Amino acid sequence: MTRLTPQTTLVVVLIALALIAPFGIYPIFLMKGLCFGLFAAAFNLLLGYVGLLSFGHAMFFGFSAYVTAHAAKEWGLTPELAILAGVATAAVLGAITGWLAIRRSGIYFAMVTLAFSQMMYFVAVQAPFTHGEDGIQGVPRGHLLGLIDLNDTMAMYYFVLAVFVAALLLIQRIVTSPFGQVLKAIRDNEPRAISLGYQVDRYKLLAFVLSAALAGLAGSLKALVFQLASLTDIHWHASGEVVLMTLLGGVGTVFGPTTGAFLVVAIQNYLSEVGSWVTIIQGGIFVICVLLFRSGMIGVLTPWLKRRGITG
Amino acid sequence: MMTILGIPVQALFGQLLLGLINGAFYAMLSLGLALIFGLLNIVNFSHGALYMMGAFVAWLLLNLCGMGYWTALIVTPIVVAIFGMVIERTMLRRLYKLDHLYGLLLTFGLALIIEGVFRQLYGISGMPYAVPKELAGGWNLGFMFLPIYRGWVVGASLVLCLGSWLLIEKTKLGAYLRAATENPALVQAFGINVPVMVTLTYGFGVALAAIAGVLAAPIYSVNPQMGSNLIIVVFAVVVIGGMGSILGAVITGFMLGLVEGLTKVFYPEAASTVIFVVMAIVLMIKPAGLFGKRS
Repeated sequence: MTRLTPQTTLVVVLIALALIAPFGIYPIFLMKGLCFGLFAAAFNLLLGYVGLLSFGHAMFFGFSAYVTAHAAKEWGLTPELAILAGVATAAVLGAITGWLAIRRSGIYFAMVTLAFSQMMYFVAVQAPFTHGEDGIQGVPRGHLLGLIDLNDTMAMYYFVLAVFVAALLLIQRIVTSPFGQVLKAIRDNEPRAISLGYQVDRYKLLAFVLSAALAGLAGSLKALVFQLASLTDIHWHASGEVVLMTLLGGVGTVFGPTTGAFLVVAIQNYLSEVGSWVTIIQGGIFVICVLLFRSGMIGVLTPWLKRRGITG
Repeated sequence: MMTILGIPVQALFGQLLLGLINGAFYAMLSLGLALIFGLLNIVNFSHGALYMMGAFVAWLLLNLCGMGYWTALIVTPIVVAIFGMVIERTMLRRLYKLDHLYGLLLTFGLALIIEGVFRQLYGISGMPYAVPKELAGGWNLGFMFLPIYRGWVVGASLVLCLGSWLLIEKTKLGAYLRAATENPALVQAFGINVPVMVTLTYGFGVALAAIAGVLAAPIYSVNPQMGSNLIIVVFAVVVIGGMGSILGAVITGFMLGLVEGLTKVFYPEAASTVIFVVMAIVLMIKPAGLFGKRS
């Protein structure tokens, strides 16, 4: 029998916990955490492994939510097809905006993505199919593959969990593949990657499209879970939130973004009744993270655990 | 009634004036952003929040201390600039050696805090701020009606932008500033206190944003969200113009305001997105920006 590495043990324990979690914790909260965890992991693929800070990821998350909601409600597509439509739209949107945005780097890249995201926000405000301020409400969850009724909260939860685990495995696979190694080389030293003959722009664009599509997947799932697609999902606040989740959890770590996402969603849950305090506290966390612990929760915890010989 | 391309002249010039006013705010804010970026290497995301704070401080001075518009125009930028310089001294200073992205993230967090505090205190409905009586009323120019206050805003911002440009390009202080932007270590070696200069530059950029806020108060209602909506457009303006040149920032700001005004006349549906479309086109043709030096 092969010996389990601490990492594999950790993953197995986490999945086991996730399987029994809905019996103790409100499933809608868990699903929200998983959706935003996936969103943050998609964002982290770009920031953590290519070093590109996108300040406009809400456009993929929010627009994909709209497309999925519209497809499920108006066209009557099954959930898996509605999600596919959302993800495809996010990928196309990612290809167009990414093609333009990668012409600039660093802070300009952040400003360009933020500007495009704001443009898509205005499109969502004006386009008739998004229903403006109301959003698309009462989105039917439907039957997965025509068999499983997703209106059952538990069925929905396990579906979201399965998609989440699969997407995270995919991200892990991308990051550890030769393609992922080139991405890290670009992050660490772009001129050297160019001099080694890599077509840097192609790698960046492909990473951007992958990240956009995965962010879209998160948005589509969210639209089905809450049966709602609204302007909140595509507002720049959502772009800021995903940055916060990743920063808080730990940029460039495997479990960081999800940890950060659950923390931020929990803060929103507990403080939802006290008005603007959520915004103020989120701003405060940003400031503290940047000034005091730039490696995030996981980045701080891992060396501490290692020193005690618990992992790796 | 006279028409141009089927549009009544009154409406055309009215929208152009609105565009010019928006352009004035874009110009003042992107000028401050460019100055701060030049010396501090930080994209000041809180610029919009500080502009909003300028409008609120003017409103508070009027309603709490009975201080009028003209006094507020002097006092507000000083108050907000001091606030900005405290931030620079206590927080931004720690980030200069790190990646530029951290400056963006920190100032984003600050923007959230400032906006959240004002929203918590004053709600989102917005407060009216009366036009000062010296500038009330308007002139009939024959082809259009010009409210005096709007003309004053455009004039004042032109004077401010030109003044800042002269200060930076033509004075000794400006020469130090430009030198420190190129090579801070060398300037420091010549015995000039660069850290103090950095603080003052941040204060100056912030003061410009605060003045813009005071100027905006009688035109738009004073509300906590006025800054965040503006700053994103200003970012697009900065991408289009490039942050390398002061004059470039000013020209791009006014130009895009006019483009927006014209779009409102001929194709109103696109008015809120046209600047982003211009940005996309500029990125395609000249990725470094119209006045940018390097890509």
